[in-house]
Amino acid sequence: MSLDASEVKKIAHLARLAIDEADVPRYASNLSDILSLVEQMNRVDTHGVVPMAHPLDMNQRLRPDEVSETVERDRYQAIAPAVENGLYLVPKVIE
Amino acid sequence: MHDKSIRELADSLRAGEFSSEELTRHFLDRIERHDGGLNSFITVCAEEALEAARVADQRLRAGEGGALTGIPMAHKDIFCTAGVRTSCGSRMLDNFVAPYDATVTERLKAAGAVMLGKTNMDEFAMGSSNETSYYGPVRNPWNTHTVPGGSSGGSAVAVAARLAPFATGTDTGGSIRQPASLCGITGLKPTYGRVSRWGMIAFASSLDQGGPMTRTAEDAALVLQAMAGFDPRDSTCVDREVPDYHSALENDISGLTIGLPKEFFAEGMDEGVARVVEAAIGEYRRLGAEVKEISLPNSGLSVPAYYVVAPAECSSNLSRFDGVRFGHRCEEPKDLEDLYKRSRGEGFGAEVKRRIMIGTYALSAGYYDAYYLKAQQIRRLISDDFRRAFQEVDVIMGPTSPGVAFRLGEKSDDPVSMYLSDIYTIAVNLAGLPGISIPAGFSDGLPVGLQIIGDYFQEGRLLNVAHRFQQATDWHRQAPEGYA
Repeated sequence: MSLDASEVKKIAHLARLAIDEADVPRYASNLSDILSLVEQMNRVDTHGVVPMAHPLDMNQRLRPDEVSETVERDRYQAIAPAVENGLYLVPKVIE
Repeated sequence: MHDKSIRELADSLRAGEFSSEELTRHFLDRIERHDGGLNSFITVCAEEALEAARVADQRLRAGEGGALTGIPMAHKDIFCTAGVRTSCGSRMLDNFVAPYDATVTERLKAAGAVMLGKTNMDEFAMGSSNETSYYGPVRNPWNTHTVPGGSSGGSAVAVAARLAPFATGTDTGGSIRQPASLCGITGLKPTYGRVSRWGMIAFASSLDQGGPMTRTAEDAALVLQAMAGFDPRDSTCVDREVPDYHSALENDISGLTIGLPKEFFAEGMDEGVARVVEAAIGEYRRLGAEVKEISLPNSGLSVPAYYVVAPAECSSNLSRFDGVRFGHRCEEPKDLEDLYKRSRGEGFGAEVKRRIMIGTYALSAGYYDAYYLKAQQIRRLISDDFRRAFQEVDVIMGPTSPGVAFRLGEKSDDPVSMYLSDIYTIAVNLAGLPGISIPAGFSDGLPVGLQIIGDYFQEGRLLNVAHRFQQATDWHRQAPEGYA
C-alpha cells in the first residue's frame, strides 16, 4: 500500500492536523513504509479468530449510581487558553 | 549515598546516618552537576522536594512510614503531578500544569517518596530513542553519543547515572524494558491492569502500563508494592490482591523451567547480544533452572499488529488536544477548524503526527476490517501462543532489545527501522503480560538486558527470578564512568 500526496492531505484533514506542504512528500513516503510493514499481517489467515479487545478479556465494570465527583470548573478552567464567564472561548461557529 | 539501593538508603535513614533532606540535597546537587550533559530531566522541583523530604524526616523520626519514606525519585513526565508542569515531552503540553495527581503519583507521595522532578521522554511516549522529545534528546551515560532508548529514556538515564534512586516509567510497546536494557538498569512492565492508569496521559489505552525503573530487582519489588493496586477511577484496573513482592524475592528457583522461544534466537541476531543472553541463561542453569526450547509462531507479526492497534488508539486518545480546554493554542485562529488544525499542527512533532495519521487511516471508513480488526485477531493469536507456552514453562527468557544503544540520529529518519527496536518487547504488551529487563552484561562497552516474561500477575515470580540472578552476578552494580 502506498499513499500519494492527496491521500496524505486527506488523512491530515480528517485528523485535524495542519502539515506543511513541503513536508507532504516525506509523510507520504514514511506512511507508505509503515503501511507496508503493517501489511505483513496478511501473511496469516485469521478467518474465524475472535478479535482481542482487552488483554484479560474483562468486561466493563459497573459501579453504583452515586454522586462521586464535584464540579471544579474554576480549577480546570484556570489552565484553559481562553475563558469568559465560565465558558470556553473559540472562534465564532455560526455566522 | 547515590550508589546505595533503596533498601540500603531506607536502612541508613532509619539508623539516622543522614536525613532525607540531606539525601535529597545530594541528589539535587548531582542533577545540577551532571544533567546538563544528559538532559534526563524536563523539570526539577528543588523546593518542593526539600519540603517533602522534611515532612518525611518527621515521619521517620516518629518511627512511621515504610520502605520508600524519604527516598528521592523522579516521575516520567507522563504522570500528572498537581501544581507541576506535566509536558509528556510535547510542545502541546509545555504550558500544562496538571490540576490533579495521577493515582501513581498519589500512591508514591503517600508512601513518602520525595519527587525530585519530571523526566524527559519521547513525545507522548512515541519513540524508542528519546529523540522525539520537544525538550531535546536524552543522552546515554554509558556513551553520550548514543541514545538511552525510549520512551522512558529520561527515567532510565536518571537511574543509571545515579541522579535518582528510582523512577517511574510507562510501557506501551517496550518503553520501560528497552531503555532499561540500553542503560543497564532494571525495568518492570507489570500485567495490564495491575497499576492504575488514571492520570497517566494515555497513548494506547489497551496497552499502556506504568511500572518501576530501578537498579535492582529488590528495589523494583519495593516500588511496585507502592504503585500496584485497584483503583476505581481506572475502569481497566484489576481488583485483585497485591501480593507481598519483597517476601517472594528469596524463593528457591531450582527446578524453574525457562522457555527460550526459538523465534527470539533466530539467525541474524546481534552476536554481542546473543553472547550475553546465552551466558545469562548459563547462569540460570547453574542456579538449578531447566531450559526448554519453545515456539511463539506468531510473534513475528507483533510489530505489524502493534503499528495498527497503537496508532488507532493514539489517534482517538490524542483527539482531546484541540487547543480549546488546555494545552497549546495557535495565534489568531480564523475559524474553529483553523484553531484545531494549527494548534495540533504546531503542538505535535513529526512522529506523533505520523502515528495519528496512520491511526486515522486505519480507522477510516472501509479500512477498519483490513487493519484494526485484523490486528486484533493477530493479537489473539499472539496471546494464545503465550498461553500455550506457559502450560509448559514457568518463565520465558530472551533479549530485551535486538542491539545495544545506537548512535543519536542513526534511526531518526527511518521510522520502520526505529519500530523494529521493539521487536522482542511488543508481543508482551499485545498479550498484556508482565515482563522485566535486567542487566546481563556488556557488548562493545554498552549494557545488554535480559528480558524475562511471566504469566499474568506473576510479577512476584519475575522479581524473584531476577533477584536470584542479581545475587549471583554484579552486572546491575556497574555504573557508567564518571557517574559512580
